[in-house]
Amino acid sequence: MSETLVEFKKVNKKYGHIHALRDVSVSLNKGEFVSVFGPNGAGKSTFLKLLCTMTPPTSGQILYENTPLNKLQDSFRSRFGVISHLPFLYSELTALENLRFYARMYDVQNIDERIKVLLEKVELYKRRNDKVRGYSRGMLQRLSITRALLHDPEIVVLDEPYTGLDTHASDILTRILMELFGEQKTIVMVTHNMKQGYDAASRLAIIKGGQLVFNEEKAKISVQEFDERYIEAVSR
Amino acid sequence: MKYLNTISAIVRKDVLHELKSREIVVSMLLFSVLTVVVFSFIFEPGSQFKNEVVGGILWMSFVFAGILGLNKSMMSEVTGGNFSALLLAPVDRSAIFFGKAVSNFIFIAMVEIFTIPLFMVLYNVNIFAYGAMPVVIFFLGTYGFAILGTLFSIISVNTRTREVMLPLLLLPIIVPIILSSVQALNIYILGHDPADASKWLQLLAAFDAIFTVVVFAVFDFIVED
Repeated sequence: MSETLVEFKKVNKKYGHIHALRDVSVSLNKGEFVSVFGPNGAGKSTFLKLLCTMTPPTSGQILYENTPLNKLQDSFRSRFGVISHLPFLYSELTALENLRFYARMYDVQNIDERIKVLLEKVELYKRRNDKVRGYSRGMLQRLSITRALLHDPEIVVLDEPYTGLDTHASDILTRILMELFGEQKTIVMVTHNMKQGYDAASRLAIIKGGQLVFNEEKAKISVQEFDERYIEAVSR
Repeated sequence: MKYLNTISAIVRKDVLHELKSREIVVSMLLFSVLTVVVFSFIFEPGSQFKNEVVGGILWMSFVFAGILGLNKSMMSEVTGGNFSALLLAPVDRSAIFFGKAVSNFIFIAMVEIFTIPLFMVLYNVNIFAYGAMPVVIFFLGTYGFAILGTLFSIISVNTRTREVMLPLLLLPIIVPIILSSVQALNIYILGHDPADASKWLQLLAAFDAIFTVVVFAVFDFIVED
């Protein structure tokens, strides 16, 4: 039986009068790759924000290895690596300066060695002294992956990471995600790309109108069936 | 130690960013110098009342230039979602705030270092005639301004009207800091007994301490949504 890493219990999130997430109950197991689908405004990004402790729930409880969120230390956040459609990088600094800054924030040991390994993996080592301002969208996202993985997180959270990527950058991202999955990291990815999301995942989820309307292991559903379920769920 | 390391990492990053972009200090300095120069034209040579108001002019130039800089400083954090990334770091979130506040303090202090000599020449006043105590006034006043300014720039930066919102929120709250700073400085400009400045300095230090404690206590709640 898989070990539960994070558990949402009847979680609600409201922003003013907007009810972004409604009574979401779900467990994320260690080593799972969960792809989360849903139309725009469904509550997917809110789900990720709650998951990585960026925002607290309005009601309900989120447990991390059976410990409630409010009992966790700040250091707990080092277990998350977040890759968003925003790069989280300072445009006037070079790639190296950006990564050194985040490495200090995450108290990473052997900073330069770690940065070198990761930059070579995303094929940006030669461009390490270039200002981020001059990077293309694909390069930014590859650097963003490096930033998110600097501290070797246990849970990798991705919010529409393939948005605007060229084929090369997309392939690198997929390769890295598969490596992380192979290393038993827990991966949660929000995506609009059905094929990439389905292919990579070990579990599939659909959020619509702030509710979790589908949550199933991939092994139990074919791609055609999932497509039908998705269309049915979002058109309802 | 980790707390101080976080503050130091943010300050180093901000200073490096500023050295490369030169967006904040240069624009603040231009605004501050222009204010001091333009207002210097309104006084006739030998004007009796000049010395009673020039302290206010100097602080006004710092406050308005500072507001300009605070907006720019926070914009570099929200562009590209960087502030979210800071909040995701496994550090005490108040350390992130104080890192930004120290950076802003350094930037405003840089502007003051260049503006004050020009001010002394243009207005023909020597604010250091009775010693270096005005340095303490500038230090405490700038610290209070940086603390409150950083807090309100974080609050206002995500609004559509951030340039208007920051002064609207900040200026009413910052009155005790500005008032104490101007009154204490006037004592040195007007050549009054420097001992009279102590009550204003105490008030200034008290407000700085109160605002620091309040921000330390509430910062987590401010950024959590």
